[in-house]
Parts: sequence; structure tokens; C-alpha cells
Amino acid sequence: MTKGSNSTNGYKVIGTRPIRHDGYDKVTGKALYGADFSISGLLFGKILRSPHAHAKILSIDTSAVENMDGVKAIVTSQDLPQTNWTKEKDAIMAKTKVLYKGHPIAGVAAINHHIAEEALKLINVEYEILPAILTAPEGLDPSSPLIDETKKNNISNHVKHELGNIKKGFEKSDVIVERTFDTATVHQGYIEPHNATVDWNSSVQDEKVNIWVSTQSSFDIRGRTAEILHLDPSKIKTTPMEIGGGFGAKFDPYACPVAALLSKKTGKPVKIVHTRKEEFESTGPTPGSNIKIKIGATKEGKILAAEATLAYEDGAFPGGVVSAGALCAFATYDIENVLINGYDVLVNKPSTSAYRAPGATNSNVGTETVIDEIAEKLEMDPIEFRLINASKEGVRRADGPKHPSIGVIEVLNAMKKHPHYNEPLPEATDINRGVAIGFWMNGAGPSSINLSVHPDGRINLIEGSTDIGGSRASIAMMVAEVLGIKAEDVTPSVVDTDKIGYTSGTGGSSVTYKAGVAGHIAATNLKKSLIERAASIWGVSPKTVSMENGILFSTKDKSLSISLKNLAKDLNDTGGPIISNGATNPSGAAPSISGHIIDVKVDKETGKIDIVKCTIFQDVGKAIHPDYVEGQMQGGTVQGIGWALNEEYFYNNDSYEMANPTFLDYRMPLALDLPMINTEIIEVPNPAHPFGVRGVGEASITSPPAAIANAIYRITGIRVNQLPIKPSLLMESIKK
Amino acid sequence: MKWIDYASPNSIKEAVALLSNKNTVARAMAGGTDLIVQLRAAPERIGNPDVVVDIKNIPELNEINLDSKGLTLGSAVPMYKIYNNESITASYPALQDSTSLVGGIQIQGRASVGGNLCNSAPSGDTIPTLIALNATCKVDGPNGSRDLKVEDFCTGPGKSVLENGEILISIHIPAPSKGSGSSYLRFIPRNEMDIAVVGVGTSISLDGDIVKSVKVALASVGPTPILVSDAEKIIGKSIEDEDTLKIAGEAAKNAATPITDMRGTIEFRKHLCDVLTRRTLKIATERARGN
Ligand SMILES: Cc1cc2nc3c(=O)[nH]c(=O)nc-3n(C[C@H](O)[C@H](O)[C@H](O)COP(=O)(O)OP(=O)(O)OC[C@H]3O[C@@H](n4cnc5c(N)ncnc54)[C@H](O)[C@@H]3O)c2cc1C
Repeated sequence: MTKGSNSTNGYKVIGTRPIRHDGYDKVTGKALYGADFSISGLLFGKILRSPHAHAKILSIDTSAVENMDGVKAIVTSQDLPQTNWTKEKDAIMAKTKVLYKGHPIAGVAAINHHIAEEALKLINVEYEILPAILTAPEGLDPSSPLIDETKKNNISNHVKHELGNIKKGFEKSDVIVERTFDTATVHQGYIEPHNATVDWNSSVQDEKVNIWVSTQSSFDIRGRTAEILHLDPSKIKTTPMEIGGGFGAKFDPYACPVAALLSKKTGKPVKIVHTRKEEFESTGPTPGSNIKIKIGATKEGKILAAEATLAYEDGAFPGGVVSAGALCAFATYDIENVLINGYDVLVNKPSTSAYRAPGATNSNVGTETVIDEIAEKLEMDPIEFRLINASKEGVRRADGPKHPSIGVIEVLNAMKKHPHYNEPLPEATDINRGVAIGFWMNGAGPSSINLSVHPDGRINLIEGSTDIGGSRASIAMMVAEVLGIKAEDVTPSVVDTDKIGYTSGTGGSSVTYKAGVAGHIAATNLKKSLIERAASIWGVSPKTVSMENGILFSTKDKSLSISLKNLAKDLNDTGGPIISNGATNPSGAAPSISGHIIDVKVDKETGKIDIVKCTIFQDVGKAIHPDYVEGQMQGGTVQGIGWALNEEYFYNNDSYEMANPTFLDYRMPLALDLPMINTEIIEVPNPAHPFGVRGVGEASITSPPAAIANAIYRITGIRVNQLPIKPSLLMESIKK
Repeated sequence: MKWIDYASPNSIKEAVALLSNKNTVARAMAGGTDLIVQLRAAPERIGNPDVVVDIKNIPELNEINLDSKGLTLGSAVPMYKIYNNESITASYPALQDSTSLVGGIQIQGRASVGGNLCNSAPSGDTIPTLIALNATCKVDGPNGSRDLKVEDFCTGPGKSVLENGEILISIHIPAPSKGSGSSYLRFIPRNEMDIAVVGVGTSISLDGDIVKSVKVALASVGPTPILVSDAEKIIGKSIEDEDTLKIAGEAAKNAATPITDMRGTIEFRKHLCDVLTRRTLKIATERARGN
């Protein structure tokens, strides 16, 4: 898409590309992130973590540290509320057993982080090492050790979805392809590590725990910290700092409760900032998985049956993402007979957390490469084959619901007629093209927006959604659109949990949808109040007053008109301030579809893979700010490319320690590894949003691995069955 | 917490004195692109130093001198000064290959070839090139100065022949003979900022199509950089002969003693030694002919 082109469809603000409100602070380094935060009397915390993947804790001896110079407090699981012990508490600091390398055991606060680090070395923990498991197939093996001994097996969640009769579907199929894939554990890899500064004010009348943190959800941090520490939520105030990326991994409170306990003990604020190694070993990853996909189709290209068996690593505690992987597995296709079994499997790795369309990329690489193979067997164009089977509004998904408005066909048609799909490939036999599409259902949730009028006529916008992808700008734009003013004349800020109504987290691509609905309500209410004020000044009926382009005017009497600016000046003397709000829990989020065309080059002598050209197509509903929509499409694509090519938690034989917990060896794609990611925005409006918005943040990550694998097949004749597609593995297959 | 002192001597004598002081553990620092990372991540692996001796202010260590005898390169000269010097890159193209792919532009502004050698990582990207170019180095210390071949310098991962208190002064590369060319290639799965899975440095001199001399050295496939002595089996053969390249590739494969780790398997690394040796020979040959 060429810069600057956008469809405004009669809108004045929506679809344009104003400079984001938070941009200046960010590019000049003024924006305050969690690690920048400082407060007088600050102490520095560090967390002692398990060196073993699975072990009983026999004893913890902190005596050597208690009187160490500069050390102010030590906490262990004993300092957490002991009644109603939960897994959530065990995740904060282990009590009897450590479940992964990196599992927190104790926290230390000291006058600087060097001393805190030294102190950790002097805490003596005795362990009894237990056998450990790292992958889902291992976890499913009945002879494997149990992660949770109170359970019969390591399966923490089983989902099963069934449509029609799978057996009959396969019997009637002319072509059946069945393949198994293994995908590695990967990390979200945001630049800013987790951090928390906590100041526990223990005064009897006014107990308050203040948390400053990098998070996708200040209200989740408040709620979960409250639960863990047995506090009423009103006793906690969470202030979200600017956030340096999250991609789903910044919901868990991790260091917050530990810093809180250390602060309570010392009476001082305590700050904890993770190292990169702690990030890899103790936060976030998204599961490695084992995926079985079987699809059957007729000679004419109609898919009759599809079966998926998905086993996902859950990490140490329940809460995995196989449900979403199962839901998305065949969601883009209209298939009569479907069977999907999904298992979350406990393993000795950090508890998995969300990562951009969590679970969907894993199943997608299976489905979309098998689809490609069937199209090849039927000698059909892979996009044509997908079009024959494309799902649409009203089609029932295997997991139950019927699709709302959905743009599979629109995305496929755009791909089919795009120059990138139709231009000839270079002569060289080491470059070829692959395609794949992907699905994400998108989420919603409660959202609150407050608006007030500045004396200069600008509109103050207060919200609770922490802003990762440019949502301050897009919500301001939606409010501006309703009021007929410029985006720059709305001043948005994200505030702490005491200053706004409940707002659910920035995840599931939900913010522009839900805060857009809330913002629309608030702006509509504000407009109504402004009209009423003008009417009351003029002594006319509000029904005869309108507001357009920032001007209020009587529809009856041309002499009656006032600009919002002038009205704002005198609000106090004409009846008092004007505020409004929008608070809602809207249902009606609609799915987003992604499609990728990727040209890949393989060095057949070394197995090295390069991405030569890449175009992403995505149905975004309505692009409020096309720059940030394109940014999401590009960002997700790059993460999908990383997942496909090199990213993995690497374990040496017989070791349970991640061998590559650094950005040097955890190989995310860098600038020289990427071509320009071309974007094609497709707008199939979501009828359940005032401006047609669908979430756009996630679908883009799901389809690059399959598109790349399909291109590699066309170059090498090898059907990849593993992610990442490392050069060494590819070379092994090429040589065979 | 450990305090670390910083010293910045102006002469070799002073530096040697600081480095050989028996009461402290001192480490020399050129660009610091290895040292500072090590001090932060694992100071115990470099002996928990309590003094850092910055050697960048010592004139001899910043020397760049190219004359008819060859190139003398002070040990602290940063990479960018090498690949930006057209006289150097014309004579020693492999040195340009190596210095321009270490890290990124910021790293190249500080990192030195001397530091790369003294750090003695098996993956050091300039070391195979130095070996292929027959480089020697000059070392000074409490017991006086000595000269040795670069191929004898590294003794194990992070280990070298440097004795306590010794410092690398300079590296000397003899003038290239007529009809010679050189090349360095490394394999990484990405295109920047990575550690060599395999690196191969090659120099060749030709008389027509006939190989007069050849030197091949490998990175990342053993505890130290490895000189492939058997590559010399192609001396006297025609470089246009596919067999000639095969013999050299096979020799590299056999000389390599890699391990399997997160960066690659034994088999893959040996395979790459073969591929990259053949490729560097081709590039070096083209360059020899362009000369
Ligand atoms: C982001 C990044 C990317 C990198 N990429 C690469 C890469 O692609 N390829 C590669 O090979 N390396 C790479 N490195 C490693 C490093 O940059 C190189 O090894 C560099 O050449 C080291 O030079 P320096 O001058 O910075 O050495 P320093 O860090 O100053 O020193 C390195 C070691 O040598 C010792 N030393 C230095 N000079 C002398 C001397 N004159 N006498 C005695 N001892 C001495 C020091 O005590 C220290 O132990 C990378 C490093 C970073 C941080």
C-alpha cells in the first residue's frame, strides 16, 4: 500500500495518519518506562531462582544474608499469606517444589542491585532433584514424571470439537494428506524486560500499595496482586508506565508481589527489573507443540474432512493456549466433518503466556502446509483451492459459534489478483513463492473512557487501556470524528487504576474495538451536553441545535452559532464544567483474516534461508489510523518469520537449562534479515462497531511460517515438519 | 559489590607494569567490546579483574603502517579504520571481509583486531584471515618482547600464549605476492550480529591457473582457530579443476573438529567447512586475477 493512501469513506479523521500523541516523548527519550521510574528512598530487589527444572525444596537458609551490609529484607514463600495456598502464589515464590529452571524462590532488597545480587549467592537452598520433562509428547508419555502429583497425568486441559462425521468424510475423500509437526518453544522477545516498583504504605487508616509497572493490564496487575496478597483491590493502585512491548506476555504480575512484600518489610519502595536471562527463563514463552493434521478432499477440490490433534506445552502451571489453537485450526474453511482434540500438557518450563494470537500459529503451520499439499496433489492453484473451501458469515465453526461477518473470501481474492502473486518468479531455481492464510477471532472486554472539556476547547480523554500499538491516537481519532474536531485537539492519557473505571487488558486485539465503542459513547454523550449547553445559552430547544466541524449552530436561526472553542471558554459561567463518559462491555468483536505471499530463497549448499519478498493482506474491518494498522501487520509478520526461521528455546542433550537465553543466540530476525514487508489493508467492516473496527494486532503472526514452508517445498521438494526451519535441519533433509 | 579501577597508561612500559602488578588482577582493554560484556556477565571467567588497563592511549598500539614489507597494525586499531583504508583493503581483501562483518557499525567503531585475537574465541572472525595471510604478532611483557606466528597464538577457547603481564603490541602481515588473493566467509543463519557457525579464511597465489601457494584457516570448528595444512595438497594443481576445489574442501572438512551445540551440529559444521572453503577459494582466485 502506498504511503498516504487510505480510504476515509466520508470520514474526516478516521483513515488519516496524524502524528501520534505520544510520539514526541518517545522519540526524544522523555517517555518514562518502568525502569526509568525512581522515587526517594528506593531499594533494589533481586529474585533468587531455581537452578533445577524439577526439584523438591528441602530447606531454605537465609541466615548468611540477614546481617549482610546493605541488605534490607529477604522474603520467601513464607511471607506470602499462608491460608488458601494457590498455584498463583506458588508461581510467585515456590513453597515445596520448583517446577522449572528459573522458578522464583526468594527475594532480596538492598541499597543497590549489586549487593542484592551478591546476597542471592549466599542464600542456601537444599534440593532433592526430580526427573524433569520439557516437551508435550514427553508429558503425555505415561511413564513420565508428574508435574502435579495430585493429578493422574500431565494433561491440564483437553478440548474436543466435533462437527459431522469425520470417518465418513475421509471415506468419501479422493485425496487425504496427514502430517505431523513439531514446533519449538518461542519467546515474545519484547525489548523492555518486566519490572515493578512497589511502595507499600502501611498506615492503619490509609493502607495503600502503589505499583508502577510495565504491563498490558493495570487492572489485572491490581486484581491478581490483590488475590495473591489477600488485599482488597481498592488498597492497590497500579500506575502503568509506558510499555516497551508485551505481545501478550505482560499480564502476569511476576515481580509485583515480591517487590510488595519487600516494601512492606522495609517500609521503603522497592524496584525489581528483570534481566534478559530472567525474561527467557522465567516469563512468557509461548508453547512448543506437536501438531497432527489430516485433511481429505474430493477430486473437485472440496474439503470433506479435517482432523487435528494438538499437544501444547503448558509450562509449569495450568493456563495454556491449546483452546485457541484448536478454535483457529480450521476456522478459515467451511468443512462439514471436523474433529479437533487439543491438550495442554504440563512440562518443566516457565508457565506459558499469551503471544500474539496465542496458539494459532502452531496449528496454522500444520493446516496451511497440508492444504498446500492437497492443492498440489489436485493440481489446483493454492489460492483457488482455498477459495473453494473458504468460510463465510453464518458458517458454523467446529467449536460451536457461527462466524459473524468475516473476510476470508475478500482476503483470498485480493491475494489472487495482486501483482505479487502474478509476477513471474526469477529464473533462479533457488527462489520460489508460498502462500498461506490465518485466522484470529479477536477479543473484547469492559472499557471505560472519561472525557472533559479544556478551557481552550480541546477535549481531554482519559482511558485505562495501556497503549502498546498506538491506541491513544486511534481512540482520540474516534472521539474527534464524533465531535467533528481534529485528532490533535483531543489529548489522551492512560491513567492509574484509581482514576478511571475498570478497563480490561490490552490483549486479544481488543482495545481499538472496545475502547472505540466506549469512546464513541462518551463522545456522543459529550456532544449532547455541548449541544444542550449552547441551546440553554440561546434559550432554544436542543433539538434545533447541531454540531459540525467544531461549530455549534442553530438549525433554525443562522445568527446563532458558536465555536466549541468559544463555548469552552465560558463553561464555568454558563452552567459549569462539561464531562462525559462511556463505560461498556461490548460483545461483537469480529475475526481478522491474514494472508501472506512470501518469496523465499534457499542456499541449497548451506540450507540458509532468506526472505526475498513479502506481502501481507489483512482484513482489518476499518483502519482507524492506517500507519499503526500497517505497523501491526508488519510486526506480526516479522515475528512469524522469526518463529519460522530461527527462534527456539534450545536445550543441549540431557540438559534442562535453556542454552540460549540471550538475544545473541535466541535468533530473532534483524533488519538485514527482512525485506520491506508490503501491506495490503482490506476493509470488511465489522457491523458491531460504530466505525467497523476489527482487532488487527494478531492474525498477522499466524500465517508466515506456513507460507515460508510452502515456498521452501517449491524450492527443495521438502515438506518441512519442524519449526524453526533451521539451516542445519534443512541441509540434512536436502542431503537425503 | 566489587569496585573496578580504571587505568589509562600512555606507554607500553607503564601498561606492562600495571598488568604485571602481583597485588591486583588486571586486564587489558582495547575496544572493550568483549571485555565489558565479560565483566558484566561472568567476571569469574576472566579471573574477577580489579583493574582495567585501557591501552588505547599507547601510540604504538594505534599504528597503521603499510609499506613494501607489508602491513603493521597496532593491536588497538578499530575495525572501521581498516576497512575504510583503501590501500589496506586492496592488498588484503580478506581483512576487509572480516573486519566489516564483525558485529555492527557501533561495534566496528571500537572493536580491534588485536582484541579479537587476544580474546581467542574459536569463532573470532579476523583470526582465520590473519592465519591465511601469514600474519605474525609482536608481544611485550615483563620479560621482554617476542614475535610469533598468529597460528601459534591461540591455545584454547579464551586462552592464548600471553603470559601474565604480557600485551600484544602489533600484528604484521607480509606484503601479498603478485597474483595473490584472499577471502573470508562465515556462515550464520541470519545476516548480521551473530557468531560464526563456521568461518573460513583463505589466501591463494597463482601462476596462470596453477596454485603456487595456498593457506586455509577455519573458525568455530575446534577449541582454537585451525590451520588446514592439507589444503596445500592443491599446490601445483589447476584451480580451474573442480577436483582441486574438492581436495581443499575435503581437507578443511577433515581438519575440523567441531562440537554440536545450539549453533550447529558436527555434521553440518564439517559440511560448511567444505562449502565455504570452495567458495572462498573461488573468490580469492577472482581477486587474484583482478590484481
Ligand atoms: C554486539 C557484539 C557483536 C560482536 N560480533 C562479533 C563478530 O561478528 N565477530 C567476532 O569475531 N567478534 C564479535 N564480537 C566480539 C568482539 O567485538 C570482538 O572479539 C572484538 O574484536 C574484540 O576487540 P576489542 O578491541 O573490543 O577487545 P576488548 O574487549 O578490549 O578485549 C578482548 C580481550 O582481549 C584482551 N586484550 C585486548 N587487547 C589486548 C592487548 N593488546 N594485549 C593483551 N590483551 C588484550 C582483553 O583483556 C580481553 O580479554 C562482538 C561483540 C559484541 C558486543
